[in-house]
Amino acid sequence: MARMKFLCDAERCIECNACVTACKNEHEVPWGINRRRVVTLSDGKPGERSISVACMHCSDAPCMAVCPVDCFYQTPDGVVLHNKDLCIGCGYCFFACPFGAPQYPQAGNFGSRGKMDKCTFCAGGPDADHSAEEFKKYGRNRMAEGKLPICAEMCSTKALLAGDGNIVSNIYRERVVGRGFGSGAWGWGRAYPGSVSN
Amino acid sequence: MMLHRLIAAIFFIALMLVSVTTINAQSVRPPGNAVNQSTDEQIGTSNTLGPDSQSKYWHDLRQGKSGLSTTGRSGGLLIQAQGEQWRLIRKNYIIKYSGWVLAAVLVILVLFFLIRGKIRLKGGRSGQTISRFSLPHRTAHWFMASIFIMLGLSGLILLLGRTALAPLIGKNVYSIFASAAMQGHNLFGPLFIVALVWMYYLFVPGNFFKMVDLKWILKGGGLIGGHASAGHYNFGEKVWFWAVAIVGLLISITGIILEFPWLSANLQLLQISTIVHAIGAVGLIAFALGHIYIGTIGMEGALDSMTTGDVDVNWAKEHHDLWYEEVTGEKSATHDQGETGHAQVYSQDKITGV
Repeated sequence: MARMKFLCDAERCIECNACVTACKNEHEVPWGINRRRVVTLSDGKPGERSISVACMHCSDAPCMAVCPVDCFYQTPDGVVLHNKDLCIGCGYCFFACPFGAPQYPQAGNFGSRGKMDKCTFCAGGPDADHSAEEFKKYGRNRMAEGKLPICAEMCSTKALLAGDGNIVSNIYRERVVGRGFGSGAWGWGRAYPGSVSN
Repeated sequence: MMLHRLIAAIFFIALMLVSVTTINAQSVRPPGNAVNQSTDEQIGTSNTLGPDSQSKYWHDLRQGKSGLSTTGRSGGLLIQAQGEQWRLIRKNYIIKYSGWVLAAVLVILVLFFLIRGKIRLKGGRSGQTISRFSLPHRTAHWFMASIFIMLGLSGLILLLGRTALAPLIGKNVYSIFASAAMQGHNLFGPLFIVALVWMYYLFVPGNFFKMVDLKWILKGGGLIGGHASAGHYNFGEKVWFWAVAIVGLLISITGIILEFPWLSANLQLLQISTIVHAIGAVGLIAFALGHIYIGTIGMEGALDSMTTGDVDVNWAKEHHDLWYEEVTGEKSATHDQGETGHAQVYSQDKITGV
């Protein structure tokens, strides 16, 4: 089976934030939460680059390791999903996550955390595929429809790539060879150790 | 001929236009006060790639370099590098060793009970009692005790439940327990601070260390046998008091930080807080197990001081002889007859006050 991965080509991302918006729209993400964000580095200076980041679906996922109720699971595709029925909103996955992916809607008047929400690689959750509960908790399940994540599918410059890790890295390698620079597959060393040398 | 002239005129006009635009382009110069950026730092392939080499750029990101972001609560931080350390400390040290430490303390207490047995009153109960703890003291103690047990149990469920409980009762049931534990922990947590301040205020007199405590240590507190003199509080009780006061303060501060995450946007502070909170709490729970043991099944007559507040006269003579002498003015018969020098020390103690 394919190992699903994200890759953001920093030489192509133009910081349009359309991936953020598309994700929010597709999954009807709760108010105040963005499953994806775009970060601009060296803004306005030579060497400015933008990177779109969400959950990277790590091989050895820190969130899975620290969760006190063990609510995470990894699909055979390598996608890291969680069960909101088990989640207690403790915030530990956010403490451990390198990419700042887990977010919590505010649940109480004292700022306590609600159930964690994060990118699902458009693969829903443990509820039945395409059920109303699944959509309410995790958003649309595009993977079950045979589609890839909406953020990458609609990326106007094709900076954001999502899909089988081997195909994604081949596309990226061709680009690097073609333009002669830009070999920083951002986040891959962190998320998928041992699978890439950059 | 007309056509030739027309073509020549068009060509001439076109040439004029081109030359005008060329001149315009050349006249677009930086103003006189403009500063040119130094080209010395530009190592990259072109200006657009910036001054840093590729490897330095990505290395900095890995170490936690921040950018700008208009969306998302993590802001411009792309990789927070200390999360992995936090995970390792929590999984490999705190969760692993806290379980072993608490289990070891329980085993030691059971072994101690089997070998040493209950520490009996040598003279039996006299029937006469002496007042040890007032009603406010006992109320503060049990207020603290009930909150401590409640917070300790809920905290241990959250810390060790995934390893110890979830495999037994299943993830779904355990999740309900954990959710209740977390909500209860957060709800009753602030009361711990109230109990701590109240208890500190009532119990701090008499809990400062004195020379007699050194003798108590040298005699092993009389746990193994023999007699160690003590005032109102012995050395063990004093250490327990200060452990609760100091570690309790640390747990309170870190607990407030963790309970209201919006107080600080500093993730590192939250991570350190969970570590300090867990280590401190497990230490106090281990200590509390010993305290509960010696206060209940470990020693005859000890529990009375926290139930009725009145202890048997013989208990006072055997375990807190200096305090007994101070309160009653009588000389306690329990200390060794050979050591005549003791009486002198006691009277000095009385003068300085406990």
